[in-house]
Amino acid sequence: MTIHDLTLAELRARLDNRELSAVEVTNAYLERIAATNPDLNSFITVCNETAIVEAQAADQALAAGEVAPLTGLPIAVKDIFNTAGLRTTCASRILENYVSPYDATAIARIKAQKAVIVGKLNMDEFAMGSSNENSAFGAVRNPWNLEHVPGGSSGGSAASIAAHQAAAALGTDTGGSVRQPAAHCSVVGLKPTYGRVSRYGVVAYASSLDQVGPVTRDVRDSALLLQAIAGYDSADSTSVDTPVPDYQANLTGDLRGMKIGLPKEYFIEGLDDDVRKAITDAAATYKALGAEIIEVSLPHTAYAVACYYLIATAEASSNLARYDGVRYGLRDENAEKLIDMYMQSRAAGFGTEVKRRIMLGTYALSSGYYDAYYIKAQKVRTLIRQDFLDVFEKVDTLLTPVAPTPAFALGEKTDDPLQMYLSDIYTIPVNLAGTCAMSLPCGFSAKGLPIGLQLIGKPFDEATMLRTAHAFEQATEWHKRTPKF
Amino acid sequence: MTQRYETVIGLEVHAQLTTNTKIFCGCSTEFGQTPNSQTCPVCLALPGALPVLNQKAVELAIRTGLATNCQIAPRSIFARKNYFYPDLPKGYQISQFELPVCEHGWLDIDLENGERKRIGITRAHMEEDAGKLVHGDTPETSSNSLVDLNRACTPLLEIVSEPDMRSADEAISYLKKLHQIVVYLGVCDGNLEEGSFRCDANISVRPYGQEELGTRAELKNLNSFRFIKQAIEFEVERQIDLIESGGKVVQETRLFDSNTGMTRSMRGKEDAHDYRYVPDPDLVPLVISQEWIEEVRATLPELPEAKRSRFVEELGLTAYDAEVLAADRELADYFDASVALAKDAKSCANWIMGDVLRKLKETDTTIANAPVSPELLTGLLARIADNTISGKIAKKVFEKMWQNGQTADQIIDKEGLKQVTDTGAIESLVDEVIAANPGQVAEYLGGKEKLIGFFVGKVMQASQGKANPGMVNQLLKQKLTGN
Repeated sequence: MTIHDLTLAELRARLDNRELSAVEVTNAYLERIAATNPDLNSFITVCNETAIVEAQAADQALAAGEVAPLTGLPIAVKDIFNTAGLRTTCASRILENYVSPYDATAIARIKAQKAVIVGKLNMDEFAMGSSNENSAFGAVRNPWNLEHVPGGSSGGSAASIAAHQAAAALGTDTGGSVRQPAAHCSVVGLKPTYGRVSRYGVVAYASSLDQVGPVTRDVRDSALLLQAIAGYDSADSTSVDTPVPDYQANLTGDLRGMKIGLPKEYFIEGLDDDVRKAITDAAATYKALGAEIIEVSLPHTAYAVACYYLIATAEASSNLARYDGVRYGLRDENAEKLIDMYMQSRAAGFGTEVKRRIMLGTYALSSGYYDAYYIKAQKVRTLIRQDFLDVFEKVDTLLTPVAPTPAFALGEKTDDPLQMYLSDIYTIPVNLAGTCAMSLPCGFSAKGLPIGLQLIGKPFDEATMLRTAHAFEQATEWHKRTPKF
Repeated sequence: MTQRYETVIGLEVHAQLTTNTKIFCGCSTEFGQTPNSQTCPVCLALPGALPVLNQKAVELAIRTGLATNCQIAPRSIFARKNYFYPDLPKGYQISQFELPVCEHGWLDIDLENGERKRIGITRAHMEEDAGKLVHGDTPETSSNSLVDLNRACTPLLEIVSEPDMRSADEAISYLKKLHQIVVYLGVCDGNLEEGSFRCDANISVRPYGQEELGTRAELKNLNSFRFIKQAIEFEVERQIDLIESGGKVVQETRLFDSNTGMTRSMRGKEDAHDYRYVPDPDLVPLVISQEWIEEVRATLPELPEAKRSRFVEELGLTAYDAEVLAADRELADYFDASVALAKDAKSCANWIMGDVLRKLKETDTTIANAPVSPELLTGLLARIADNTISGKIAKKVFEKMWQNGQTADQIIDKEGLKQVTDTGAIESLVDEVIAANPGQVAEYLGGKEKLIGFFVGKVMQASQGKANPGMVNQLLKQKLTGN
C-alpha cells in the first residue's frame, strides 16, 4: 500500500511505530498533489515549504514522545480558514493576495497537535455555491469523473480526500457545503451542531448557519478530526460550553434499540431513482443491523430552501460589507471618489454569485421589506427547528439522501441558479435547525457516480450519529472504493 | 413672535464608557496613542474575526441605567447598523435596536423658578464607536484621508431622552445633570472636547396648544455646553422665522458651526441611510439576571442629589455649601472623610470650600492628589479647636502642610507656632505694650474703646502671632482699666 492511500488512523499507527516519518508522509502527499492537482484544481495554495518544516517539527515531537492524535498527519484546509502567514483567498479576487496575520481557532487546534497543513483548498467563492464552479481560481473537477462537479462549496475538500491528496480535510458547511460534496465524491463529511466547533477565524458567509466540519475517508477518521477541533472557544460567542465526549470510544458498532427515522418529505418528486434505491438499501442494511426504521414527518421541509436564501443572503450582505478596499484586499486605485472606490473595488472583486446573494440579502433587509422577508424567514426557521426537535422525541437519528441527484456535469446548472439552489434541499434544513448531520458513501449511480446518505443527529449528539455511521460503514464496502485516478 | 411658539427638545447623549478595553475585543481604549497601535483582527474587521462582549461595559451600562431610573432589560439584543464609511471597518456598527439594555427612565431637573421637572429617558443602548479619519496636512498628503482605528470598537452608551424639554436652559440643565451622574458613577470621564460625552439635539417648534409635534431637525457637532445652548437658540429662532415667513421646516440633520454660531444643513431626509438593522448573529442575546442587577445596585455611590440633602439635613450645611461640596464626587468624599474625623461639619466645609479649593485652583491639582489629605486637614482643625494655634496661624500651617505634606503638629513643633496660653508670658507682653504706648492708653481711657484692636495687634505682633487672642484681649482690658 502506498503512503497516500492510508487513512489517518493507519498513518497514526505507522508514525507511532516509526515505520514512517512525518517528513516521508508529507513528501508523499506533496508529490501526489503535484501529480494530480493540474487535473483536479482542488488546491489554491500548496504549502510545499511550510509543510516540510511542520513535518520536521512533528518528527521531533514524535522522537521526544510528545504525541497528540494528529501529530505528523497531513491535513488540507478549505481556503476559508485564516492561516497565519499563508494566503487566505476564500476563492475570491477580492482576497486574492490577502495573507492572514492570525490562525482560526480550528487551525490553531490542529497546529497545537502538530498536524501538517499541506495546502489550502479550492471552494466556491465565499462558500457560496453547490458545485465549486464559483471560484475565482477555476472550477474543481470530480475525481470520479472529471466532466462532473465535485459539489460545493467545499468541493476542493471533498475532491482532495477522494483523490488521496491529503489524509483529511477541513471544510465548512452553511447549507450542505461539507455533506453534499462529500456525497458527490464518496467520502465522509460531517457538519457538527452549531456551536460545537468555533467559527473564530473562519471567513463568515452566513454567521448563524456556518459550521466547520471534517472531510475524511472513513468514519473513524471523522471522529478523530472532530475530536481535535470540537469544544468551547471564548473567542466565538456562539460556541457552546458543553462537554465533548470521546467520539472514537463511541464507535462500538452496536445499534441495538436504535430508532432511525425516514422523513417522508425527503422522498419526493425530483429524487433520482438511483439515489432513492441507494437510500432504501441503506435503510434495509440498518434494519438488518438491528435498528428500527420508522417513517416520520418534518412538515415544514418544503419552505427550507426559500427560508435559507433569505437568512443566509441577509447575513452575507452584512458580513461581506467589510471588503471595501479600505484596509486590505482588492482596491480600485483609479477611483476618483470614495463611493467609486467602493463600487469599483467590489464590482471587480466579487464574482457573479456573490453579487447576486449580496443583492438578495440587501433587499431582504431593506426598510419596508424586512418584516415580509427576513422576519418571516426567521419564523419559518423556528418552525423547521421545531420539526426536528419533535421528531427527535421519537427517533435517535434520521436517514435521508444528501442530494437529490449524483454530481451533475460541469456547466449543467450554472445558468439556472434556482435549480442549483434546489440541489441543497436535503441539507439546508439541518443548518436552519442548527443540529448535526453527516454524509457517508452508500452506493453508485448507473453512470458510476457516487451516492451518499445523510444521517441527522440530535443537537450535540455527534457521538450517536458517528456510531450509527460507523456501523453502516462496517457493514458495507462503499467507502473502500477509490476513483481510478 | 417667539412667544407664540413652544420649543420641543429631545437629546441623544453618547457617553463613552470607562472600560480599560474595547467593547468587543481586548484592545486598550487609552486616548491619544499612535494611530492604529491599539487594534487587533476584531476591531480591524479582518476576515473571520468575531466580537465578544466586554462584561465590564455591560456593568457600566447597568450602573447608568439604575442611576437614571431605567428598567434594565433581562434580555437585550445587539444589532448591526449597516452603512459604508472608511472609519467603520466592518461596514456595520454593532449597536442595539429593538431590545436595548435600559428603558423607561427619568431624571428630575431644577427649573429657574424653583420647581422640579421630570425629563423622560426613552432608552439607553450599548454600541461601539467608529474610528476616525485624519486628513493629510502636508502638500503631498493633502489629498489623502488616513484611517485611525484606535477608537473603533470603544464602548458607548447612547442615552436617548423623551422630547420633554421646552427651552435651551432646560436642555442644558438636563445635560449637566446627566453629565454629573455619569461622572459621579465613574462610567464616563465626561470630557466633551475629547468626545467622551457627545450630544445630538432634536429640535422642533409648534404653536402653543398644538398637540402634534413640529417637524424636527437634528443638530450635531455640539461639543460644549455653551455651544449646545447657542445652537439650540439659533435653531429655534431659525425654525420660527421660517414658519412665520410662510416656509416649512424640513426633517434634516444640521451641523452647528461654532465660528458663526449658526447651524447648516448636512443631509436631508431623502439622503438618510437605510441602515438595514438586523440582529447580530455573531453575538448571543445579552441576558442580565436580577442578581447581577442587585449586585450592581449595591455598588452604586450616593448620587449628588441625595448627598446634597444629607449635607443640609444631617450636617447642617447651607444649601449653597451643600451644592458646591456635592457637585464633585471626590470633593464630596473628601468632605465626608474629613467630617468623619473632625465631627465639626461646618468648619470642615469652610476650610475645604475656602483654603483647600483655593490651593487646588492655584496649583492646578485635583482633590484626589491634594497633598493635604482629610487626615492632615482634620489634624489641623483639631489644633485650632483645642486652642493650640489661632485661626490665623492655622492658615500659615496649612500653607506649609500643602508644601511638604507634614502634619500640623510636626509643623507647629518645628516652627514653634504653639499658641501662648501662659498667662504670665502674655501679661508681660501686655505690660510692655501698655508702657510703650502711653498716648494711645490715654485716648483709650478717654473713651476711644476701639483702640483695643490696636493693643491686641501690638501684643500679637510681639508674640509673633502665637499669643491666644482671647487671652490677650481679656488681659489688656484688665490692665488698661485697672481691674
